[in-house]
Amino acid sequence: MSLISEGADFRGPLTARLAEPSLASVGDYIALMKPRVMSLVVFTALVGLAVAPGSLHPLIGFTALLCIAVGAGAAGALNMWYDADIDAIMTRTQRRPVPMGRIQPGEALAFGLTLASFAVVVLGLLVNVLASALLAFTIFFYVVIYTVWLKRSTPQNIVIGGAAGAFPPMIGWAAATGSLSLEPVLLFMIIFFWTPPHFWALALTRTEDYARAGIPMLPVVAGDVTTRRHILLHTLILVPLGIAPWALGYAGALYGLIAVGSGAIMLVLGWQVFRERRPTERASKQLFAFSILYLFLLFAVLLIERGWGGLIARLAV
Amino acid sequence: MIVGVAMNEQPKDEGIVLTEAQKRARRSRSIAIALSLAALVILFYLVTLAKGPIVLVRPL
Repeated sequence: MSLISEGADFRGPLTARLAEPSLASVGDYIALMKPRVMSLVVFTALVGLAVAPGSLHPLIGFTALLCIAVGAGAAGALNMWYDADIDAIMTRTQRRPVPMGRIQPGEALAFGLTLASFAVVVLGLLVNVLASALLAFTIFFYVVIYTVWLKRSTPQNIVIGGAAGAFPPMIGWAAATGSLSLEPVLLFMIIFFWTPPHFWALALTRTEDYARAGIPMLPVVAGDVTTRRHILLHTLILVPLGIAPWALGYAGALYGLIAVGSGAIMLVLGWQVFRERRPTERASKQLFAFSILYLFLLFAVLLIERGWGGLIARLAV
Repeated sequence: MIVGVAMNEQPKDEGIVLTEAQKRARRSRSIAIALSLAALVILFYLVTLAKGPIVLVRPL
């Protein structure tokens, strides 16, 4: 079954009206970079950078975070370029600059490619090549693998595509050390398994919107009950992963306490979502909101316990 | 009816004329690009100072 053909009128993102002189403001270009997503990317990258062993000059650390932020913004702009047609259909996204006509698709494409090139090259020149290569792969993964390929073709889109959002702590770690180890991979796994319950909880409340745009999100393709089962299953994997940094000795008692406590709340909410049936959406909305707090808490405590001392020491260099 | 236009009477092509709003938007974009490039220059300069002679050494 092709949901794409049954859904929206997909004319292709490059189909643009005759170009007029742009009215786009600086704010429109900032919106094109998805600043809220960018802030989460910078935060998780900062944690990866701060918990990494060894010393790093604060200016190099700042440069790494700047490049990661710009790279995330570039990926966001390229996503909005390609998805302009479906963004125009969905209520949540139709006020974005490209569907609103304030930025032409070609301008968004040029902006994204320019930023991506700058971010990758500057990170490679000023920090190290491994971090630069990881950033390049992350942008490629988000734009080509997720946006162009998976998003419109499979209900597993956000499961696999979630890897793009999970890479930043690894890039931060690589920027600080020039290498990788188990600990940044663990941080990757936490975000990777956090993404599906988070987005499926949102998708449950916007099923009609996704269906209208022809995006084969799990609730659209497999239905309400299957999605709720998958949310619970992924939450059951996520919570032990969240506790793992403490269990493996990478984090202290405070982290362990927060991971167990907030993990228990995630499990309760996951169970409530599993038991809930449409049209009730209360548990789904609660899980969506709490999942943001859950991820923030885990990384913030890790930053305080492991990274804060290290950051202060690095600033004192 | 034949309308003849003399060679020296061709309508003047003024190209695209920007409105005031478009001019303001272009100016703000130009300033943002200039500031970004200036920041990049300063960043490269400071990193060169911070790294010293090893600035060209980029280990994997």
